[in-house]
Amino acid sequence: MSDHDAAIVVEGLRKRYGAKQALDGLDLTVRAGTVQGILGPNGAGKTTAVRIMSTLLRPEEGRVEVAGIDVMTRAGEVRSRIGLLGQNAAVDEELGGRQNLEMFGRLYHLGARRAGARADELLARFGLEDTGGKPVGQYSGGMRRRLDLAASLIARPEVLFLDEPTTGLDPRGRTEVWNAVRSLVGGGTTVLLTTQYLEEADQLADRIAVIDHGKVIAEGTADQLKSRTGGDRIDVVLRDASQLARAAALLPGAAVTDEDRRMVSATVTDRMAALTRTVGALRAAGIEAEDVAVRRPTLDEVFMHLTKGDAA
Amino acid sequence: MSTTRDMGRTSDAADVRGGGEVQGVSTVPGPGSKLGWAAADSWTMTRRELAHWARRPVQVVVGLVFPVMMLLMFGYLIGGGQGVDGDFKDYLVPGMLAMTMAFGLEATMLAVTQDLGKGVIDRFRSMPMASGAVLVGRSVADMLQSVVGLAVMIAVGYAIGWRWHEGFVPFLGAVGLLLLLRFAMLWIGIHLAMVAGKPEMVQAVQILVWPVGFLSNAIASPESMPSWLGAVVEWNPMSATATAVRGLFGNPGADGDSWAAQNAELLAVAWPVVLIAVFFPLAVKRFRDLSH
Ligand SMILES: Nc1ncnc2c1ncn2[C@@H]1O[C@H](COP(=O)(O)OP(=O)(O)O)[C@@H](O)[C@H]1O
Ligand SMILES: [Mg+2]
Repeated sequence: MSDHDAAIVVEGLRKRYGAKQALDGLDLTVRAGTVQGILGPNGAGKTTAVRIMSTLLRPEEGRVEVAGIDVMTRAGEVRSRIGLLGQNAAVDEELGGRQNLEMFGRLYHLGARRAGARADELLARFGLEDTGGKPVGQYSGGMRRRLDLAASLIARPEVLFLDEPTTGLDPRGRTEVWNAVRSLVGGGTTVLLTTQYLEEADQLADRIAVIDHGKVIAEGTADQLKSRTGGDRIDVVLRDASQLARAAALLPGAAVTDEDRRMVSATVTDRMAALTRTVGALRAAGIEAEDVAVRRPTLDEVFMHLTKGDAA
Repeated sequence: MSTTRDMGRTSDAADVRGGGEVQGVSTVPGPGSKLGWAAADSWTMTRRELAHWARRPVQVVVGLVFPVMMLLMFGYLIGGGQGVDGDFKDYLVPGMLAMTMAFGLEATMLAVTQDLGKGVIDRFRSMPMASGAVLVGRSVADMLQSVVGLAVMIAVGYAIGWRWHEGFVPFLGAVGLLLLLRFAMLWIGIHLAMVAGKPEMVQAVQILVWPVGFLSNAIASPESMPSWLGAVVEWNPMSATATAVRGLFGNPGADGDSWAAQNAELLAVAWPVVLIAVFFPLAVKRFRDLSH
């Protein structure tokens, strides 16, 4: 990809906190108009990277361009082109939702009337129009996150940063935020989204960069990454733990047994075929199963696989 | 990255992307409008603080009542005046006004410390607003509070028998000097909040302002003190303001023999101006570099 169609270019980013190397040579290119997922466990350096890209933090080394503008030397111009949904709520908890949005609108120099109109428009779009003057501190987690998201959209940013937008939300709040994110991509906005959940990256991102210890360890579409981990998993839970070894022999490929949970798991390539074949084989062998399920690999498994690949 | 780039979009991405955002609000100021925008941003931040106060009326009232209580305590309970000739209330009230303005330092420091811990500050810093606006907005809000506070103190002072004797223009001059002191202390408070911005530090400062406050001529005349202490006290910025204000009100205590006492009005302007010149740029720079 040439830098020309890139909305974000990150090269050799390094940032240290004391002895801790939070970013250790991070490289990333995000194509304009796409949703880029940054997937990594707690402490991988996601927030540090987002804070540098959104002008809040200066790295020791490296280069970052957002919308074609260098964030270190022309921070002011970058700020007028980005929206930021930080990991922690960045709205005024004492004020109401409309008061918040109107204030941010004024700070984006929309003028009093347009700031008010934009606030009403965004409140309606994110289903917050009935909140009245209730202080944001009394909102539910999902509502606060949606208001935060609305605030980051006031100036119609070219590039939007979402740092763990659903961490800490209940499933309903997560769905709300996912829907909100989906509704806003498409007008050419580039979205960079960090998450600890493979499923979230899967749902929302076009491409995913997996980061660990401050650098990218894998990059690609969700499907590409999953196939690198060896595809889906089948979990079989047995009535009787003594039959685990027999059941393991029936599963395709190398199976992993877990005595405590009376479970045996294996990697599968074709979900449906594997399910029917396994159920049939278990029945034929007279092994009683409590549960049989096919699932996507977890982030842990993706990581285990990727870090194993690094070591080899 | 180039080998896989055309596979970048999942097949259903196009459906997922519904109605969109139109781009193109330009918010980069030209050089001429920069100052105007800085003023507009600061005023927006002032309004934010006023909106906070509207939501915590009790705290606002307590903030106004506390200095009044102090005035009444010193006026009636402790009263008598250490080495003061003439009417003690005429000596005390201007001193208490100066002390209240100077102690504004801790209120501002506390408010800024609390504010800087909030997530919303990150949003402000990621927006194309004037970098000092958060602080300037705070300073304007605190000055508005001080104007009200001063009016209340003056009214209560009048009610307990304090009078000014020099007419309206010197009266306004005195009010101006008091607010100037408040403004200088406010920027020290903002700077301290950013240097040592932890609640424990605010507590330390809240305790330390008391000895500094009493090492002034606010409630006791330096002539009643050992000479070395008297000298320290006379050079205290708060003393300069108190002495100058006493002179402008025609109250006792403005006729000391030392250079500092004789030039109290000069010092009452120079001290705050120097403090502002030092701490305002330091504070704004600190804020800009925050967490870098
Ligand atoms: N302000 C800080 N001071 C010290 N260490 C920090 C600070 N911020 C982050 N770190 C450390 O840097 C690493 C990366 O953190 P972060 O970027 O927050 O990761 P993530 O967002 O992926 O969880 C972690 O080990 C974290 O402990
Ligand atoms: Mg984080």
